[in-house]
Amino acid sequence: MSNSSYRQIINDGLWHNNPALVQILGLCPLLAVTNTVINALGLGLATTVTLVASNGTVSLIRRWVRPEIRIPVFVLIIASIVTTIELLMNAFFHELYLILGIFIPLIVTNCNIMARAESFASKNPLLPSLTDGLFMGLGFTGVLLVLGALRESLGFGTLLAHADLMFGDLGKTMTVTLWENYRGYLLAVLPPGAFLGLGLIIALKNVIDRRQARKAETLLAPAGETAAA
Amino acid sequence: MNTLIRQMLISATLLGLFAVLGTGMVALTHEATAERIAANNRARLLRSLHLLVTPDMHDNDLINDMITVTDPEWLGTREPVRVWRVRKQGKPVAVIINSVAPDGYNGRIELLVAIRADGTLLGVRVVSHQETPGLGDAIDASKSNWIHEFDNRSLNNPDKKGWKVKRDGGIFDQFTGATISPRAVVKAVYKTLVYFEKHHNELFQRPTRPLEDIQHE
Repeated sequence: MSNSSYRQIINDGLWHNNPALVQILGLCPLLAVTNTVINALGLGLATTVTLVASNGTVSLIRRWVRPEIRIPVFVLIIASIVTTIELLMNAFFHELYLILGIFIPLIVTNCNIMARAESFASKNPLLPSLTDGLFMGLGFTGVLLVLGALRESLGFGTLLAHADLMFGDLGKTMTVTLWENYRGYLLAVLPPGAFLGLGLIIALKNVIDRRQARKAETLLAPAGETAAA
Repeated sequence: MNTLIRQMLISATLLGLFAVLGTGMVALTHEATAERIAANNRARLLRSLHLLVTPDMHDNDLINDMITVTDPEWLGTREPVRVWRVRKQGKPVAVIINSVAPDGYNGRIELLVAIRADGTLLGVRVVSHQETPGLGDAIDASKSNWIHEFDNRSLNNPDKKGWKVKRDGGIFDQFTGATISPRAVVKAVYKTLVYFEKHHNELFQRPTRPLEDIQHE
């Protein structure tokens, strides 16, 4: 694999084929746990670890698994990985595990993970698959974080509240209070706030893409460059 | 035909192999983390009990000095309810009853109600609820001081008529825009007090149940 194709993989995961903004996959956890930055970070990292581990495993065994049983095998692998992560989080990040609750086991049903195993890892060697898993995961985490920051700042007037759940005592100093005596904005905390927030973020991405495409068109018109999908 | 059967066998073996590998990985992790998870659960439970009972108020093994009782009418749930006994030098100090307010705005509200041996309230905490953030969730001690209105109350203080939210003619505050959640909690705390009065001796005297019952949720 050349450097340029790695760049392509990274670019796809973080931006052009971002799981949350372009593929619109894994919306259920995305909308449910993004009411604070720390919740978003917790679920994002757990999803990223799952993606890297499942992509890696699927890539390693891609030559042995016959096409007719590949889907059940992928499901088995993903379910085992997620259960392992769930147990580890319960043991080492107990409070965060309690907050994220059902959404940790539900990572199994995040279609994004299956989609990467099926469409990328089962056709590519180990290293590109790991890269793809990592950056798809980070792209997903990034959107979770932006949405989490948006909702937490509007909803509670803070950022990184309860950071000690993830970073221990160090985290207690990380909380930023944006507005003193903020009364809270209920809409941002409740599910509609997640839908509106995600809609705004997707719209913003489209605006940026379109602007860039227009710029590229005017600059590179003779080279026949086409706009990204 | 033979090749077909061979392929089926290979597929089945592979599928079985991955099932064994996956299960093995989960089993190993479970084995490695089980003790720590149990310790986490115990620590969390003790932390929430210690919100109501300070460590110097008891010298018994609070977590294990527990019984379960079932009384759908007065404790708000058909399921067994946990009761911890607080004792010092063998004398009963208080009980903590894990009762339920079944009629919250969004379903059940789980409470810890700590009652001194003389029937006065040591305090109440909401352990879990799904009330609306910003409105009904003020019943949560981390959101407002409302839950402290119960401190030191008893069946006679106020009298039966007073055990309601103000809108219903009682003495407890409701929240702006949310009456249902505080109403449910007030009712559940009152019923728990009645239950305690009826079963006072039994609650302190019944022998504890085995350790495995504290595995919960």
